[in-house]
Amino acid sequence: MKTLLACTINAEAHTVLVDVRDTLLDLVRERIGLTGSKEGCGNGNCGTCTVLLDGAAVNACLVLALEVAGREVVTIEGVARVGELHPIQSALVESGGTQCGFCTPGIVLAAKALLDTNADPSEQDIRQAIAGNLCRCTGYGKIVDAIATAAARLRETET
Amino acid sequence: MRTFIYVAPPSIEDAIGELRRGEARPLAGGTDLLPQLREGRRNADRIVDLKRIAELSAIRPLPQGGLAIGAAASATSVARHDLVAARYPAIAASARLLGSVQVQNRASLGGNVCNAAPSADVVPALICHEASAQIAGAAGRRNTPLDEFFAGPGRTVLEADEVLTALWLAAVPPRSATTYLRFTPRREMDIAIVGVAVRIDLAEDRSIALARVALASVGPTPVRAVSTERLLRGNRLDRDLSVAAATAAANADARPISDTRASADYRRALVEVLVRRGLAACARTLDIASELR
Repeated sequence: MKTLLACTINAEAHTVLVDVRDTLLDLVRERIGLTGSKEGCGNGNCGTCTVLLDGAAVNACLVLALEVAGREVVTIEGVARVGELHPIQSALVESGGTQCGFCTPGIVLAAKALLDTNADPSEQDIRQAIAGNLCRCTGYGKIVDAIATAAARLRETET
Repeated sequence: MRTFIYVAPPSIEDAIGELRRGEARPLAGGTDLLPQLREGRRNADRIVDLKRIAELSAIRPLPQGGLAIGAAASATSVARHDLVAARYPAIAASARLLGSVQVQNRASLGGNVCNAAPSADVVPALICHEASAQIAGAAGRRNTPLDEFFAGPGRTVLEADEVLTALWLAAVPPRSATTYLRFTPRREMDIAIVGVAVRIDLAEDRSIALARVALASVGPTPVRAVSTERLLRGNRLDRDLSVAAATAAANADARPISDTRASADYRRALVEVLVRRGLAACARTLDIASELR
């Protein structure tokens, strides 16, 4: 069964035809064509489908597309400005916090949700914020470093 | 996944009407329901989203004292709520144990309760705070103490056309402490091998006026440790009482099975350790830790 859905994705208003069974992940990948969000486990364990829903990190595979009617979604495609990476992204590049890259979109958004509400997170805060994001390559150390670096840079630009 | 009708009714009465039509399932956070539907572990031809109903997402003080937590309120909104953080810190802490941040932003305490997993992390602390399950159905409203809400693994006393609307917590008196401790092989994103919540209220003479102990993952439902509570009540908390209470919890109240995650014996040993640690944590909050030495 198909139905019309209106919501905002990466600051752009969308009205799309969705199947009632579509998840938010199906919506962004299959209906809108934003394939940066990945499907790993499909049941909320791996976090690679993480997007922001009204600013909060959620697993897009655990949300029905219809649940986001009228709400605001940010995917990895909405994080960088044209030609300029977000500080979290550039810090991940510099510190080698990304290897195969499959978990990276989810990590960036989980970190963004943290830094948007906590400008000066402890290492424990950072580890907790990405506890729902599995990375099988890095061992997390460089990811945690990168998020701390990004936090420090963001604090500098604000003052 | 077979197709379904999605509705998001504005009121509890409308939601109950929808639940009476065909094979309907209520939807709160969806963090359990969606994988169940996708993997065919559960079928539904009508999904009734409860999140548009203001009462179900509200967290508000009760006129008689205590607090009402709407069944669909997210774990994050519960953990961050000022009154929960100030008066029910063990509930705030258990809400933060529910999966990851991403899961906590969606999952509700009501959903964790209604899924009726014996390991549900939010349940023991709720039982310690004398939670009562507020239920609405076609036949009207009723309520039941949370420790009598569970009928077995994945089963509750809810009828098909009933919804859990809220969890009502009792007011917390002065000189009261509650804690929830769990044991998991991993620190995050794991299921409790054993969970233990302990609440101690002290009388003026520092004897135990009220004791509540609830256990997770040691029976087909969350377990209220009544023999442990009986042993504690009316006595002064000292080392001997703590040891006796922990032994009673492990041997009289816990009814664990052996499964892939742990043996029954291991679970009993964990109950003993966690009850003692829980009592010690309460004693520290109540400033009587020296009596446990």
